[in-house]
Amino acid sequence: MSEPLLEVSGLEVRYGGIHALRGVALKVNAGEVVALIGANGAGKTTTLKAVSGMLKPAAGQVRLYGKPVVGLKAHQFVALGMAHAPEGRGIFLNLTVAENLDLGAYLRRDKADIKADEEKYLALFPRLKERWTQVAGTLSGGEQQMLAVARALMSRPRLLLLDEPSLGLAPLVIETIFSVITAVNKEGVSVLLVEQNAHKALMISHRGYVLETGKVVMEGTGKELLSSPEVQKAYLGG
Amino acid sequence: MRALRSLAPFLLGAPVFWLVQCYAPPTLAIVLLMAGVNVILAVSLNMVNGFTGQFSLGHAGFMAIGAYTTAKITLALGDPAGGVPPWLWSNGVFLLALLAGMGLSALMGLMVGVPSLRLRGDYLAIVTLGFNEIIRVLIENVRWLGGATGISGVPPYTTLVWVGLAALATVVTAQRLLCSTHGRAMLSVREDEVAAEAMGVDTVGYKVRAFALSAAFAGLGGGLLGHYILLVTPKSFTFVKSIEVVVMVVLGGMGSISGATLAAVLLTGALELMRGLDQYRMVMYSLLLVVLMLARPTGLFGTREIWEFWGAKKKKAAA
Repeated sequence: MSEPLLEVSGLEVRYGGIHALRGVALKVNAGEVVALIGANGAGKTTTLKAVSGMLKPAAGQVRLYGKPVVGLKAHQFVALGMAHAPEGRGIFLNLTVAENLDLGAYLRRDKADIKADEEKYLALFPRLKERWTQVAGTLSGGEQQMLAVARALMSRPRLLLLDEPSLGLAPLVIETIFSVITAVNKEGVSVLLVEQNAHKALMISHRGYVLETGKVVMEGTGKELLSSPEVQKAYLGG
Repeated sequence: MRALRSLAPFLLGAPVFWLVQCYAPPTLAIVLLMAGVNVILAVSLNMVNGFTGQFSLGHAGFMAIGAYTTAKITLALGDPAGGVPPWLWSNGVFLLALLAGMGLSALMGLMVGVPSLRLRGDYLAIVTLGFNEIIRVLIENVRWLGGATGISGVPPYTTLVWVGLAALATVVTAQRLLCSTHGRAMLSVREDEVAAEAMGVDTVGYKVRAFALSAAFAGLGGGLLGHYILLVTPKSFTFVKSIEVVVMVVLGGMGSISGATLAAVLLTGALELMRGLDQYRMVMYSLLLVVLMLARPTGLFGTREIWEFWGAKKKKAAA
């Protein structure tokens, strides 16, 4: 087994007096989709934020390609090949779809390749092509989420962190988003996926972690977790 | 070719400004000159308040730095030396003095920006307001800068051509910036800082850069103003002046260069047209602002530019 792409160990985060993460450990191997599931307040989003430098962990290690990255600023991670599509989409509402995608490729200078990538993701999300010159604030929730995913991919990441891409979306749109996640994963992008929609997330994931009050309480392959009675009871409604 | 395209507005603008300067009636020339200075101030403040969405209330402070620096230099180098013809000497000295004023303003912008731009919204507004007052009070208490009475006898170097070209330079710089990757990055900071960070944008870095650039052009505006009214006093640079500029930016639409330009011209013109109303002038001015904000809460053009509206209309007509 080669070195994991992302390796997190003993990660602790405190919000003031609240101990949000109590020693989270997980890893993402190259080429994997890894799901991080858990109830509200379990620390899923906090884990992602601590991994991508948006939060300062109180303790613990985060290694990207074996190199420690704790202490780097959030914007420095993009250059290292990690893209984070934050919770709540974070679309630039007053800018057009085109401008949003261009910002995704902010650090890239290869104009021709950027154009090619744009075409590629517009083919995956044809709706965005129709909305190309529209201001992003006028898009529907689903289209905004598509834009957020496409924008994160525009930086050509090796590792994509997705925070609740299915939040508040229609089932059909969720299908689209998840099929795109699978598609980009086949092209070699590893994905760390935080989801409330545990069933859907585990279906497309190679492995998964279950988080509970700031700790990993269970891990396994997607199938194992799906069929485990505890997960079934807690997150999949029996 | 590219150089020509960049220079074109100036090559076209210079003779136009010169003709206006020669043939326009004096009153109109004064209004145009003030409008030009206000365009410089509004468009430069727009780089901070509009592009990066940081609310600065300290623009007059940077104007003051530019005005005093420029005035000190032109006064020190008042007499032509070495057989240089007087017109060339005065304009050359003025150019150098303006550039120095811009440089020093930018430097101060950097010094104020680095610590304060970690703050957001109201807090940043208060810090910049405080900075504005610090500058003013400092100047009032330095004898070398003339104290509260300021510096008088500033040479009358500012002409309509100078102001016109400077306003053009400001607008072109803002426009070129907005269309560049750096401009996009600034807009992303305004829209959503967390997402901007996630795109790899160094948000604090861009805020500081925008602040310094904006300060430089505020210094240019201050320098031009000082050499027009021939007097540089601390009273010209109170926070009321800062707020005047903020009003122009908000009225034009945050981030809209054409909006800020038009608002600056409109407000300068409106104040002039209402001169006949005597003491009711400021009442009418305030009423005008209230009505405009009620009718167009996001400013004249919102975050977009005037030509984007023409495009939209054409599209609608075609459909």
